Amino acid sequence: MSFQPVKFYQTGTFTVGNRLLVPEERSVQANMERTNSLNSGHRACQGCGEALGARYAIDAAMHATNNQLIAANATGCLEVFSTPYPETSWQIPWMHSLFGNAPAVATGIAAAIKVKRQKGMKDDVRVVAQGGDGGTTDIGFGCLSGMFERNDDVLYICYDNGGYMNTGVQRSSATPPAARTATTMPVGQQPGNVFGQGKFMPAIAMAHEIPYVATATVADLRDLEHKVRKAMTFRGARYIHILVPCPLGWGSASQDTIKLSRLAKETGMFPVFEAEYGELTNSSKIRRLLPVEEYLKPQKRFAHLFGKSPAVGTIVRLQALADKNIRRYQMLDKEAN
Amino acid sequence: MLKQMEGSHAVAEAVALCRPEVICAYPISPQTHIVEGIGEMVKAGEIANCEFINVESEFAAMSVAIGSSATGARTYTATASQGLLFMVEAVYNASGLGLPIVMTVANRAIGAPINIWNDHSDSISQRDSGWIQLFAETNQEALDLHIQAFKLAEELSLPVMVCMDGFILTHAYERVDIPTQEQVDAFLPPYEPRQMLDTSAPVSIGAMVGPEAFTEVRYLAHEKQMQALELVPKMAEEFKAIFGRDSGGLVRTYRTEDAETIVIAMGSVLGTIKDTVDEMRDAGVKIGVLGITSFRPFPLDAVRQAIQHVKRVVVLEKTFAVGIGGILSTDVRTAFAGIDILAYTVIAGLGGRPITMKSLHELFEKAGRDDLVPLTFLDLDWKVVNKQLARERQQRRSGPAAENILRDVSTTAANLS
Repeated sequence: MSFQPVKFYQTGTFTVGNRLLVPEERSVQANMERTNSLNSGHRACQGCGEALGARYAIDAAMHATNNQLIAANATGCLEVFSTPYPETSWQIPWMHSLFGNAPAVATGIAAAIKVKRQKGMKDDVRVVAQGGDGGTTDIGFGCLSGMFERNDDVLYICYDNGGYMNTGVQRSSATPPAARTATTMPVGQQPGNVFGQGKFMPAIAMAHEIPYVATATVADLRDLEHKVRKAMTFRGARYIHILVPCPLGWGSASQDTIKLSRLAKETGMFPVFEAEYGELTNSSKIRRLLPVEEYLKPQKRFAHLFGKSPAVGTIVRLQALADKNIRRYQMLDKEAN
Repeated sequence: MLKQMEGSHAVAEAVALCRPEVICAYPISPQTHIVEGIGEMVKAGEIANCEFINVESEFAAMSVAIGSSATGARTYTATASQGLLFMVEAVYNASGLGLPIVMTVANRAIGAPINIWNDHSDSISQRDSGWIQLFAETNQEALDLHIQAFKLAEELSLPVMVCMDGFILTHAYERVDIPTQEQVDAFLPPYEPRQMLDTSAPVSIGAMVGPEAFTEVRYLAHEKQMQALELVPKMAEEFKAIFGRDSGGLVRTYRTEDAETIVIAMGSVLGTIKDTVDEMRDAGVKIGVLGITSFRPFPLDAVRQAIQHVKRVVVLEKTFAVGIGGILSTDVRTAFAGIDILAYTVIAGLGGRPITMKSLHELFEKAGRDDLVPLTFLDLDWKVVNKQLARERQQRRSGPAAENILRDVSTTAANLS
């Protein structure tokens, strides 16, 4: 009989073996209590990070609210792949209105619930709004800022895949520099998306001093679930920004979605942190710092940086952006390194 | 109770009596006094269980309204002009989703050139948006129409715009009869939504519809408006039974018996037209008035009924479809298709230009002689227009037309004084 040694730590992650955890913190593959709010059968691409992120985020929100949850959805991949009438993957009350107004629609839902509760007609029902990076950082930015500023009781979740993937991979203000999109082609003097543009919505959310801001990736779903549950302990405006790889738009292998999410954090390209009332409260530390090439190389959107003559200057600039993230969001554990 | 008050305030009082639950406010003249009034009432606790939300744009105002209406709350907002245009995407969305939001449009011109004064360009631009549009003639009617609007909207699951002339009505102090809460409660039952975001019965609202069903969904919106053609007069009767006043309805005729000429118009200008018609009737001219209250749905049968015996129709409208002329008159022509009636389109009162009895007298007399061109611009200063046209012929870089014209106008005014 072969002997299988018990491993308490999985290689390359901080994930502790289930057996060492208290039961409520253990991760399980299947659970009868899971609401499957975004049910199977939808039309997302293979390896879609957004579908994975939404499934875990909304189920966690459902769990945290005792299944009393309403969702407003911006136009985009998530809306299209989940709901072509008469089919719907949503097992919760869900509404799509427009591309740029999900935060405002959510404000309206929350206001209606508040009034109904004052009248004693409803139990407590919580509201999430969700959209892609285009619907969040570009066209929905005004409504999002308004919702933040009024501190409306809404959790907004942005699934950031760095571009307008639903319309065919065009640049958004969340597209990283140098990335190829259909509107930032790898041609000319500065191939791909330009440097010095774009915005990082979590920082802007923090500037509104709302109760809770967090970022997450689909590489660490327990962390994501934890942050959603934590967000639900606050009242007022909350924002969670989830990096969700898009195999189609990034030109990555569909089985690499989790790996790329992890690499985004481990290279410093995407900081994972929490903030309360405008101040950084927690950062997920990088376990083993890697150069940005490790993150860039598996993605065809950066392929033009790695031809016969690699674009060293561009890679150095991207590394500088990662280094800045690492400094700014305290991504390195000083004691450990 | 009779009270002397500003039109905007009368509307605010009416909305308050309708027990609204969510109100979105964004300032734009000449609508602002309405939401200011409601905001004060909410803050003072005079409207119980109502959320008053100061939003960051009109687009957000309509979007918040969409969310709250879909969650079963009676929802109201108000806007005008540029604000209405800024929310257009959400305006179509609200009606497409069948959400019974009530919105006041304090009718105002659309720029450029920017202009805050009254005409009907704003709400008329939304004639195909699927909203019901009711036009008030007086402040009393504006007040009454808001009460009817909530009932109409909720019965049909369609949004309703109550259109009232900016400044002319919104800022005019008039005597209005404020109904009692008991009267309004007797007329307007609590809102029972057809569809609702509800955790005990989850639905997906606003999902994608392809070619296989889109036409049917859109047709249904038309069917609803056709139902409104029946419902609007019925509602006016019910209103009269409780409140004792004639208000609303599809159209209203004035001295149309034996009329050879009928003037058709919407909104507050009907008052000036009626006064003019009274004078002309005294002089033996067979002229009458047809006021259109319900612009959408457009009451084709009622209009046809009212005008079928006349020789000519003068459609006086505060709107202008550049490149063709009239908008209301196009709809009116559809009503008398097959009947031989002369139709004159008169564009009047754009950007707040006063429509005077003197000008109307001349206009109607000319119409009576069939001495009008099919498309007339009331009180248009041809000299100024021609001067600018000449300038543009002479100079390539002739500059901003509006500035040139204003300079010419003020020069003329200076010369006169």
